Amino acid sequence: MSEDLGLWAVPIAMLGGAIRVSTPFLFVSLGECLTERSGRINLGLEGTLVFGAMAGYAIAFETGSPWVGVLAAAIAGAVFGLFHGWICRFRGVNDIAMGIALMLLGIGLAFFFGKSYVQPIAPDLPAIPFGWWSDIPQVQAALQINALFVVGVVLAFAMAWFFKNAALGLRIRVVGDSTEAARAIGVNPDGIRLWSTAAGGALAGIGGAYLSLYYPGSWNEGISSGQGLMAVALVIFARWNPVMCLAAALLFGAAGAIGPALQTVGVTSGYYLFFAAPYVLTLALLILTSTPGKAQEGAPGELSITK
Amino acid sequence: MDSTATRVPTLPGLAIWLPRLEAVAIPVAALIAGLAVFSLFLLALGNSPIEFFSLVFKAAFGTAFSWKNTLSRVAPLLFAGLCVALPARLGLVVIGGEGAIALGGLAAAVTGVWLASLPGVVGLPAMAFAAMAVGGLWIGLVGLLRIKRGVNETIASLLMAYIAIALMNHLVEGMFRDPASLNKPSTAPLADALRVGNMPIGIEVHWGFGVGTIACVLCWVLTDRTTIGFAARIAGDNVRAAQVQGLPVAKLIVGFTTLGGAMAGLAGFFEVAAIHGSANASLVVGYGYTGILVAFLARHNPLAIIPVAILLAGFEASSGLIQRRMDLPDATILVMQGIVFVMLLLSETLYGRIKFFRPELWEDPR
Repeated sequence: MSEDLGLWAVPIAMLGGAIRVSTPFLFVSLGECLTERSGRINLGLEGTLVFGAMAGYAIAFETGSPWVGVLAAAIAGAVFGLFHGWICRFRGVNDIAMGIALMLLGIGLAFFFGKSYVQPIAPDLPAIPFGWWSDIPQVQAALQINALFVVGVVLAFAMAWFFKNAALGLRIRVVGDSTEAARAIGVNPDGIRLWSTAAGGALAGIGGAYLSLYYPGSWNEGISSGQGLMAVALVIFARWNPVMCLAAALLFGAAGAIGPALQTVGVTSGYYLFFAAPYVLTLALLILTSTPGKAQEGAPGELSITK
Repeated sequence: MDSTATRVPTLPGLAIWLPRLEAVAIPVAALIAGLAVFSLFLLALGNSPIEFFSLVFKAAFGTAFSWKNTLSRVAPLLFAGLCVALPARLGLVVIGGEGAIALGGLAAAVTGVWLASLPGVVGLPAMAFAAMAVGGLWIGLVGLLRIKRGVNETIASLLMAYIAIALMNHLVEGMFRDPASLNKPSTAPLADALRVGNMPIGIEVHWGFGVGTIACVLCWVLTDRTTIGFAARIAGDNVRAAQVQGLPVAKLIVGFTTLGGAMAGLAGFFEVAAIHGSANASLVVGYGYTGILVAFLARHNPLAIIPVAILLAGFEASSGLIQRRMDLPDATILVMQGIVFVMLLLSETLYGRIKFFRPELWEDPR
């Protein structure tokens, strides 16, 4: 059967690849979306992602349970987020620069503690065979969908509902739009930002655990290639909307899956150019969706990156 | 009594020097605090900070050989630091120097192969120019995107760094590959006449250190002693005020980002012409990222970049010895840099809060 698919193998492999590759983008961008909605930016999520990948892998190996690993990665990410949130409360501290510092620190700590976990094999997260209805092996392979992706999709819709309808979601949005207005209605902006940043960090940590525990499914120092940073850019053109984050993450996943998908049909030249596709796509979308001199539609008013 | 009016004129020297002292004392204190936190980190893991720092000193600054090892790593950090510090004078956080280093190095190597028959006096400047042009174009584009489209320069520069590295790998493995380079795809080796040699100062240190130092001094003159630098500082403090004053903010942004990128391109040139002899993946070893820390520690002052780059190069030079003697992973230096960076940014909150540095806030002693 497989040899009859011909070029159809490419879109099918891309679909499966998009879902596989997009999951870390999805979690990091949802986390960043939450943080940015509260008016703060955390560029350090790249470091959190890498540290989460290491922590998740190490704990999954030690306990034998991948889900305990995911939990550990979430806790580690929340600690990074709390730290960032706490430091950015001080007057004169630049949240963009602090994000870069925490990115370097998170990567450094992950490599430091992860050195001894490069060799061992940790248990993988389970996948759900959504392709049971088809007898084509490629379709079945493409629809082997990890449980975390499903969780991420549900979370995207839940977060959109939360911002629109929940009292806490509304408070977060008020804090993000105007510190003064929040104070006027008796909301503590520092507290809201602190916990939004912590929760954002936890989601980024989960994204990291997905990398090391499912796809590519091992821990090494090259585990992330800037997904954490691209996710920050992705939030900007998703217009701080969680459901749009899901769509953008899938688009990114598809761009990232072009290279491997073409390899399945024997196209191997230009490997590095296909590798660069997600970055080019991110940059192109940033250029297209940015507007000079004025705040972007949907942007939280207190966000330093769009001011 | 009107105390401020009577006191300040009696302390003209202090009134000028204390704020300058503040600008040095706070970063130095942050550096020491960062190293102290890192020492606690080492202690918590059962390692001796004393052993660590004495090894660093020995490997980085203890002997003539260690000075050679340290100083030969300074050049790329000087240039990479300038690539961050120059745009920072305009309030831009550009962190993609790594990409300009990679493409600058490739441009230098390709130009060198193309001009292989020329003597060094012609060929080397041509290679350096090609590296600066490509690096300047790459980071200048970040500045252009910033003014034309309002694209955030931090994210754009890092994305462009990833693209630059992919592009360099693609070209080095394809179009410009030397068929003789089997294990590590590289461009063809440079002719001996097109290699940069050592400076005649008694230690084997290539010219990148000297040129980088001069570049820092020249950039300092530009930022701190010219009207262009003054205009840049005004624009960095308040873009709207600068525009109201009629300052050419757009030109300044493109100019400073281009110059910064040209500096990073020079880092690539010296890596290729003085060290590797061809362009390959060795260009991408993180100098661009260490340059971010260099610039922030120097508080974006080009002159201060020189001592800071020497210090950080010393730490990087000692990485190998620490790995062997203390059995610590090579990421130890990364952790140390990260902690110092965090402490440094945290210290930004202290400016203007310490009374000692603000004579105008002193109580009247009477």
